[in-house]
Amino acid sequence: MGLESALGEGYLTTKLDALVGWARKNSLWPMPMGLSCCAIELMSAGDPRHDISRFGMEVMRFSPRQSDVMIVAGTVTYKMAHVVRKIYDQMAEPRWVIAMGACASSGGMFRSYSVVQGIDQFMPVDVFTAGCPPRPENLFHALIELQKKVQSQSVLDYRDKKEAIIVS
Amino acid sequence: MNKVLQQTVDALHEQYGDVVEQVYEFRDDVIVEIGRDAIVDVCRWLRDNEHCPFPLCEDVFGIDAWTRKNRFEVNYHFFSITCKQRIHLKVRVEEQDPVIPTITGIYPAADWYERETYDMYGITFSGHPDLRRAYMPEDFEYFPLRKDYPLMGIPGALPLPKRG
Repeated sequence: MGLESALGEGYLTTKLDALVGWARKNSLWPMPMGLSCCAIELMSAGDPRHDISRFGMEVMRFSPRQSDVMIVAGTVTYKMAHVVRKIYDQMAEPRWVIAMGACASSGGMFRSYSVVQGIDQFMPVDVFTAGCPPRPENLFHALIELQKKVQSQSVLDYRDKKEAIIVS
Repeated sequence: MNKVLQQTVDALHEQYGDVVEQVYEFRDDVIVEIGRDAIVDVCRWLRDNEHCPFPLCEDVFGIDAWTRKNRFEVNYHFFSITCKQRIHLKVRVEEQDPVIPTITGIYPAADWYERETYDMYGITFSGHPDLRRAYMPEDFEYFPLRKDYPLMGIPGALPLPKRG
């Protein structure tokens, strides 16, 4: 086909956005921001039965500087919000955020003075995940939706202010 | 009330008859209401008495009764390991003067319980070695478990990072 046949074997043509997006989406390293019971489901997502490594995401990095996607798994209090934000700020761009479960998405059952009613009040969120806590399958649903989003984003403008995805 | 606790309560009446305000039972729990100035002496006696000593301070917490008189009460739970008995003390204080002597000198375990009670209700414990807030940020200006504090908090009382 066209240019590729002229170049000979070992070459293919594509868009840079498509290639980088493909590489990024298949090697998303999560920052496990486990704050309560959702973290238990996040752990079981890594077990052999569910096997998060099918998505290239098994490399949980406990250093924010080495991770791409922050999975906020659990109840975020006002006091903890500053810590979550500080860790998020330390992550290198491009970076994404999954709000895992009802608490991180909306405060969940903790409708009280001490719990932030949704982490989107103090940081950008790419995917909201329903469930209390969500099953590992639902977390994977969120990860697959995030992969689609990562694939569709441009290298030059990765955070193009698209609407957050809601997964249920 | 069983025999052992009855003897303890009788001895309390004998020793501190003028400060014991009320003794009653609720579902097998014995509650002794005492005046706030005697709390340290009564605790020391409970811990050290020979008949049935209570060396374990299980809990200290406040209640906002939301009454005109004696708005706040502080409850103490003590457990006797040798006699396997539990006794509850209760101290009531006024809204204008919510101060109680600390019992950390007798029960060091009460240290953080009293901090928590101070954090949530604003009841101060005079003589406490380190009466800081236990849960809320140090610059927080309210006492969130008081009945007049709204459930969802006061907007802006707890700052959030900027979304940016």
